Amino acid sequence: MTVEQATATAPKGGDKRMKMLDTAMRRQQFQADALLEVLHAAQELYGFLSPEVLLHIGRSLKVPPSRVYGVATFYNHFSLKPKGEHTCTVCMGTACYVKGGGEILDAVRKEFALSKGETTTRDGKLSVVVARCLGACGIAPALVFDQEMVGGLTPQTAVARARRWTP
Amino acid sequence: MTSESLEQIAERRQAARKALRCRISVCSGLGCESVGGEAVLRKIRERMKEEGVAEESEVYPTCCRGLCQRGPIVEVEWIEREERRRHLYLDVDAEKADRIARSHAREGGPPADLPSHAEDPFFTKQTRIVLANAGEIDPEDIESCIAGGAYSALQKVLTEMKPGEVIHEITASGLRGRGGGGYPTGLKWSTVAKEQGAKKFVVCNGDEGDPGAFMDRSVLEGDPHEVLEGMAIAAYAVGAEQGYVYVRAEYPLAIKRLRAAIKQAERLNLLGSHIFDTGFNFRVDVRTGAGAFVCGEETALIASIEGNRGAPRPRPPYPATSGLWGHPTLINNVETLANVPAILQNGSAWFASIGTAKSKGTKVFALAGQIRNTGLIEVPMGITLREIIYDIGGGIPEGRRFKAAQTGGPSGGCIPAQFLDLPVDYESLQQVGTIMGSGGLIVMDESSCMVDVAKFFVEFCREESCGKCIPCRTGTVQIHSILDRITRGKGELEDLDRLAELADLLRNTSLCGLGQTVPNPVVSTVRYFREEYMAHVVERRCPAGVCPMPGTARAAAPAQASGVSP
Repeated sequence: MTVEQATATAPKGGDKRMKMLDTAMRRQQFQADALLEVLHAAQELYGFLSPEVLLHIGRSLKVPPSRVYGVATFYNHFSLKPKGEHTCTVCMGTACYVKGGGEILDAVRKEFALSKGETTTRDGKLSVVVARCLGACGIAPALVFDQEMVGGLTPQTAVARARRWTP
Repeated sequence: MTSESLEQIAERRQAARKALRCRISVCSGLGCESVGGEAVLRKIRERMKEEGVAEESEVYPTCCRGLCQRGPIVEVEWIEREERRRHLYLDVDAEKADRIARSHAREGGPPADLPSHAEDPFFTKQTRIVLANAGEIDPEDIESCIAGGAYSALQKVLTEMKPGEVIHEITASGLRGRGGGGYPTGLKWSTVAKEQGAKKFVVCNGDEGDPGAFMDRSVLEGDPHEVLEGMAIAAYAVGAEQGYVYVRAEYPLAIKRLRAAIKQAERLNLLGSHIFDTGFNFRVDVRTGAGAFVCGEETALIASIEGNRGAPRPRPPYPATSGLWGHPTLINNVETLANVPAILQNGSAWFASIGTAKSKGTKVFALAGQIRNTGLIEVPMGITLREIIYDIGGGIPEGRRFKAAQTGGPSGGCIPAQFLDLPVDYESLQQVGTIMGSGGLIVMDESSCMVDVAKFFVEFCREESCGKCIPCRTGTVQIHSILDRITRGKGELEDLDRLAELADLLRNTSLCGLGQTVPNPVVSTVRYFREEYMAHVVERRCPAGVCPMPGTARAAAPAQASGVSP
């Protein structure tokens, strides 16, 4: 999408979320250095960062689109693509890795037929993502199903849990 | 708030405690939460209410007790014949929780079939300064923290000491940076204090990026006031009025508790303007990271707080002279700051009496991997690896043998079995080619392949390299591709020399600590597990059965012990 197109389709006043985003920016007094905090707020509201939202943030904080885009793509936490309805996060920190996190990831990806580079299933039900370390090393291997953290899983139990969402 | 009321709060809460039949704490660390800790807490509360003793007891969530493997953990404290008794329960489920609550409510003691684990070596072998409040306080209730001593050191500092004296105490204590580098904290503080300038900042580095480390998360979740108090003392010492805590986005609970703690402290004017009716003002804001490992590097962290990409810049100038928005900035790790209140409360001589000649105090480690007791521990500096792994950690499960301990995350190295009796301090670890690091300690047994482990860390750094300097950006890709080749059975002998050459290049020419330390896991595994590399390269065989070598099935029969001879 080009900048012109994105501007043309920029969300208008009707969307409540845009108002909430504006409130979040106002709380930061539209300071350019609050860019990360604002991106966090936007991602929480929309689930991902669309070009329109990025441009809107850039205009509001008086930051060039290149920098907004640069920051949004630099950090792993920000997603420029919409995520699935549910998210299964597999921790691949060292402790989880030595306890079989890699095998769990392989099994889940295989079960949902995700090819290389894909994170979300075709039907948009499930996203399988990797975390660098959730700090839950004490209960490794750890996974997060939406907000719920579960430890001590095996490839079979992990797949079974994810299947609950997509029977 | 006047200084009396801090003591009044503490006295009121302590007096209230004395009148209670019992106090029941339920661990609310991430490990226990994930196995039903909250349900246990609810169950105990319900049962106490049903038994009609809800008023005579205090049931509260507390900070991480450390033994994550055996959670949820419950502790009951009561007075029996004028004596303080404590009983520690492990592996508590809803049914056990119900029995525990009923027994303490009716008989005033524990159920006969549930022994206390308070005397287990896991707990008795530890020395706790940073984690001292585990079990004592409810991190979400500031009054409970004040009753446990929070902010009394700040009060002492603000009303009785000059900034110079505070720095002197920290210097005399011998405290060194717990983020990994081990830079003397007192020296850092005095550098910032000496800087001229109307505006200075204190930053708490909570960007705990090392995979396999969760000490800072536990401290921020379990005792946020300890860190805030440490920051306020540091700010007073160096002359700052604004502080930032930079926390990873992966730690939502830590962020939530920290934000709540700041609000509560502001309400009691323990943060804000004219703290303890002195001229000292200090505000703290939380900044959330967004999943970039490099942001743990101090100049990258500054860039990130300023709202930019987290790319490091050359030093000097160091942040101490030119940091946030060009102002002098003190950056300390979470655990470093958490040590500060105790040092000022008990004196530098007390702190310096713990540990070794050059490494004072304690270190918190996150014990994980192939070990019986995984969790969070705090041990005096100079303890041996053997004591940590076998006495506290309970040894390796399933009768397998210890192969290596990995410290320092992707910047550290692997310590082989021959160094099990090595004292754990900054210098000794450096001598064997690793670093203290922030405190991740991953234990590996013979089912781990060291080439694969080295590849894992290099892959991590390859992904996390910010791309600003060329040695790190392309060097990590090259090292990874060589290691990948070796693990696929396509390596050649010359590859080992190439690795050594690349390691030397990255170490000497990278811009920041990330690139400079990428070679550590590779160099240390080549040094101590050369036979294993040779088995991959010469015999096309993975002794641990991890690497998919041509002709052998993946994860074939688990191999012989470490140091397999070809």
